[in-house]
Amino acid sequence: MLNPGEVCKNKNQVTDKYQDYVFELCKVFYKYKEKIVLRDISLQIPKGQITGIIGPNGSGKTTLLKVLSGANKPCAGQVLLNKRPLQDYSRQEIARQIAFLEQNNNGSLPFTVREVVEMGRYPWLKPLAPLTLKDKEVIASALECFDLTAKQDRVVETLSGGERQLVSLARAMAQEPKILILDEPTTYLDIGHQSMVMEYLRKWHKESATTIIMVIHDLNLSSQYCDHLIVLNDGRFIQAGNKDEVLCEELIAKTYKASFSMIRHPVSGVPQFLPCFSE
Amino acid sequence: MKKKKYFLLLIGFFLLISILVTLSLGSVRVPFGLTFKIILNQLPFLEFEQVWLDTQESIVVDLRLPRVFVAVIIGGMLATAGVAFQGVLRNPLADPYILGISSGAAVGAAAAILLVTTAGTFLARIAVPLFAFTGAILSLLLVFALAWRRKRDPVTMILAGVVIQSFLGAILSFAVTISGDKLRSIVFWMMGSLVSTGWSDFIFLLPYFLIGFLLIMGFYRNLNILSLGEQAAEHLGMNVERIKVLVLAAASLLTASAVSVVGIIGFVGLIVPHMIRIIIGPDHKILIPASCLAGAVFLLWSDTLARTIIPAMEIPIGVITALAGAPFFGYLLKKRV
Repeated sequence: MLNPGEVCKNKNQVTDKYQDYVFELCKVFYKYKEKIVLRDISLQIPKGQITGIIGPNGSGKTTLLKVLSGANKPCAGQVLLNKRPLQDYSRQEIARQIAFLEQNNNGSLPFTVREVVEMGRYPWLKPLAPLTLKDKEVIASALECFDLTAKQDRVVETLSGGERQLVSLARAMAQEPKILILDEPTTYLDIGHQSMVMEYLRKWHKESATTIIMVIHDLNLSSQYCDHLIVLNDGRFIQAGNKDEVLCEELIAKTYKASFSMIRHPVSGVPQFLPCFSE
Repeated sequence: MKKKKYFLLLIGFFLLISILVTLSLGSVRVPFGLTFKIILNQLPFLEFEQVWLDTQESIVVDLRLPRVFVAVIIGGMLATAGVAFQGVLRNPLADPYILGISSGAAVGAAAAILLVTTAGTFLARIAVPLFAFTGAILSLLLVFALAWRRKRDPVTMILAGVVIQSFLGAILSFAVTISGDKLRSIVFWMMGSLVSTGWSDFIFLLPYFLIGFLLIMGFYRNLNILSLGEQAAEHLGMNVERIKVLVLAAASLLTASAVSVVGIIGFVGLIVPHMIRIIIGPDHKILIPASCLAGAVFLLWSDTLARTIIPAMEIPIGVITALAGAPFFGYLLKKRV
């Protein structure tokens, strides 16, 4: 373990221009059943931005998210949330700061949309007390924000995959988090629903300045929607920075062990990747 | 929400009617109107002219009334325990009987009776539920241990329950066989019976019912959130392990105290909550009290059938509940929940 006073210097530090960080990780290790899943991770996550975590399968992305949310306790190193050690927060304090959406959540829920969104208020409720007026307002505006007001009495398991993802997002919004953590919010969605979900996220981010951190498999979506990117590979931190610093052909090819052609998006000009055929 | 509250009132009303009707049924039929008058006559400030025979009053008030009350409370306890097990284990097939919890409680109760009855009735009154509770918790732990590797698979846990149940059933049969007259018949333990239950049993059960029911009801919101998954519940700031332990303990307490008075009655905790879910949905705020009331109705009618279906003969109540419950369980299994 580090002594608290020790200053953590990161050799790959290219994000000094961000003044404010929500998370600061210093030499974090995480072990699962004797296997080291994360090794020597030191990084910062800027406040009020959309951060994407990318990397190949099994590189430790989801594990890192769970370290940030406090669900995984690191075996060494330090995690600071708003300059304060994460382990000093109570469960409830964390839940009032961070909303976490797992991959494939609420698959077959027999509850109605409204009931699920209400569950997001849990960290703010006193045990056994009914919902207050404020709770109801927050729930109504979360439903409104994701255009679910008309569907609020529908049972979640009768909805489509894209709609279910919106219900989960509305539940997270009802939690009124400062930080939203998402694990692959677009998996199993078709391309139309993928961009729909990402547009809703962008809208949420714009209106509330919520910090968003997500693991995202699709490099092209990450390039379009993320301000800041972190690359992991084999449990190690590889690179962090804005998309022009991170999304270069060489780094991506090395990380994913395949060759790509990088082109510029014809409208936005952000980097996009196409896999190369081996002739 | 309004509609749901009316639903509770409706079942409550149905329970009241059921109590009055079942009081008039039996080998000696007391007309319904007369039963109603006899019962009202028991209340303070109400005096009717006695138009009934003393034997009729004694049958309704001294024999049937306490038994009806015991049936009502036992039904409520078993159904509430069923909802709690299903909610916490997130396993729609869970039920105190199927998981082997009832068998554990029965073995515990039998052990207490064999070991402690000589020490006097008061001590036995305390020891029996205590041993039954210990037995219930131990068998729950055993089921967990057996199903540990595949705890998310509902059927694995049920299989573990079946294993525990047959093992404990064998121990119970052995204990009954060697105990001479100390233990009641094996049929009582395996199939349950409300024969000769009285007010003292009802009073004995009441505090366990209140503790178990209120504890489980107090966690209705947590049980709802648990259906999102344990991780999601943790991320909402819930102390999942603590709540699971408390609710499982409360459900085991309900089961154990019920079993120590009336033996093992199966499937109540399975059928009733499922029926209620179909009607009003999965919200535990209503599901718990509604199942409790409906469980009372279900067990009351099962017991009434058990004592009236063949004149001058009692069949074990577990026969009735299993005849309804086992096919229902098969249906749920086939639906591949």
